[in-house]
Amino acid sequence: MQTKRMTFSSGWLPYLLLTPQVAITLVFFVWPASQALWQSMLRQDPFGLRTTFVWFRNFQRLFDDPHYLISLKTTAIFSLATTVLAMSLSLLFAVMVNRMIRSRDAYTTFLVWPYAVAPAIAGVLWWFIFNPSVGILPYMLRGLGIDWNHRLDGTDAMILVVIAAAWKQISYNFLFFLAGLQSIPQSLIEAAAIDGAGRFKRFWTIVFPLLSPTTFFLLVVNIVYAMFDTFGVIHATTEGGPAQATHILVYKVFRDGFVNNNLGSSAAQSVILMAIVIVLTVVQFRWIERRVNY
Amino acid sequence: MVENDRWGLLLAHLILILGVAVVVFPVYVAIIASTHAPGTFLQGVMPLLPGSHAVENYRSVIFEGRSNAGAPPIGLMLWNSFVMAVLIAVGKIAVSLLSAFAIVYFRFPFRIFFFWVIFLTLMLPVEVRIVPTYQVVANLGMLNSYAGLTVPLIASATATFLFRQFFMTVPEEMLEAARVDGAGPWRFFKDILVPLSITNIAAMFVIMFIYGWNQYLWPLLVTTDDRYYTIVMGIQRMVTGADSEPLWHLVMATVVLAALPPILVILFMQRLFVKGLTETEK
Repeated sequence: MQTKRMTFSSGWLPYLLLTPQVAITLVFFVWPASQALWQSMLRQDPFGLRTTFVWFRNFQRLFDDPHYLISLKTTAIFSLATTVLAMSLSLLFAVMVNRMIRSRDAYTTFLVWPYAVAPAIAGVLWWFIFNPSVGILPYMLRGLGIDWNHRLDGTDAMILVVIAAAWKQISYNFLFFLAGLQSIPQSLIEAAAIDGAGRFKRFWTIVFPLLSPTTFFLLVVNIVYAMFDTFGVIHATTEGGPAQATHILVYKVFRDGFVNNNLGSSAAQSVILMAIVIVLTVVQFRWIERRVNY
Repeated sequence: MVENDRWGLLLAHLILILGVAVVVFPVYVAIIASTHAPGTFLQGVMPLLPGSHAVENYRSVIFEGRSNAGAPPIGLMLWNSFVMAVLIAVGKIAVSLLSAFAIVYFRFPFRIFFFWVIFLTLMLPVEVRIVPTYQVVANLGMLNSYAGLTVPLIASATATFLFRQFFMTVPEEMLEAARVDGAGPWRFFKDILVPLSITNIAAMFVIMFIYGWNQYLWPLLVTTDDRYYTIVMGIQRMVTGADSEPLWHLVMATVVLAALPPILVILFMQRLFVKGLTETEK
């Protein structure tokens, strides 16, 4: 990693400048993370009196626990659905907005502000709209003969949280897709048009492949978002229910740690989540390195 | 435009208008719901036109709150959220400016090591280390305080990277000129580097303010005293706190108040927001 050609020379000053950040990182990031590692190998008896070192037994038990496996599956479905929904809609909007000239800024303004809405609030908003007794959508769905009740039906609950989570993420994806589209040279598209390629053909053979770095980057960001930042969506609305239909991994860590007081298991789950984040971050950074060489 | 097809353009407008409608719809419904009398919601489906109880509902949530539903007046929670967001944004920017300055303008042993320590924070969101971080904060006696709400969230790899990236583009001549004029490191930082970074600082502030305002899980854990509740987490208590059906007109008034400040920040500082968002991810 480079510095400036000319630098200051001072023995202690750089350390002093780094102190606040490094201190916070060590106390609130590195130390808790190592604690999670340590606790993941301990087991406490139900009264918290005795603690025994159990090696990897907590992990073993997790993967033998059907609840955890269901939660893994739920998380996979939830993240995938949220990512696909949020990305496809925002790509559609970005392609359309990119065609506009005068109205581009107006549409952009209308599409970006949901970024500012907290996941928990997004959840409550959609929860209200879908509320079986007073909500508007169930009323309309009833007209179509669909009986919507996310309090009883697991699939309905899942659809609800996916919509709420994706709704909030559209603006982020939209901005990145729009920036990606604007960096594609117009000459390539014109050349294809001269060769007789229609609008759809041009999109799939030129625009979409050239957009793939942006798409891949957003894919990782969206998966991370769906897996970790959507805690608020779940906690403020379905609380993991009904019957654990929306019990995603982050929510389970929280439940087991703070409500069920199963510290060993919660720590083991934390460790697994950390491993997932680290893998995703590394994947993302390797891709950025590659992009620099374009 | 390569070819001129009017129908295609019309279709594009149609799709976008539909898209905007879908995006705006939930907030429209919330605003409408917040203007109705409580009885409206007992009669079945909610109306789509504004009611006449707006002033009454908003006054009630801001000043009285729902003490029986376990929520203090919204005014205090809004204030707490504001304090938390500003402290986090200012803290992150200050801490990151300093460490980016150290990493770019100094050569010292273990520089790479420190860089990696900072980088680690990128990989460990609060959500994955909930219990141990809570224990640390509890042991330090920081539960139910502004310090507990903000300090653990202040370390930020993204802001440090952004400032590092920006400092690398500052011409070498700046430092040379400053040194010829006899400026020391601190003088250079304060009088040249920070003024040059002001746009980046503003963009970062927008992003971090929104980040701080929208924190949910962390305030939920470290506050048990309702004097420190923030608005975003307070809503959850209003929705699930009472046993009966939530008082939707008041919940929605709260939702509108909670969502409004960050939305206004984005709308009024859209350019800075887009800059901050797209540049931190490079």
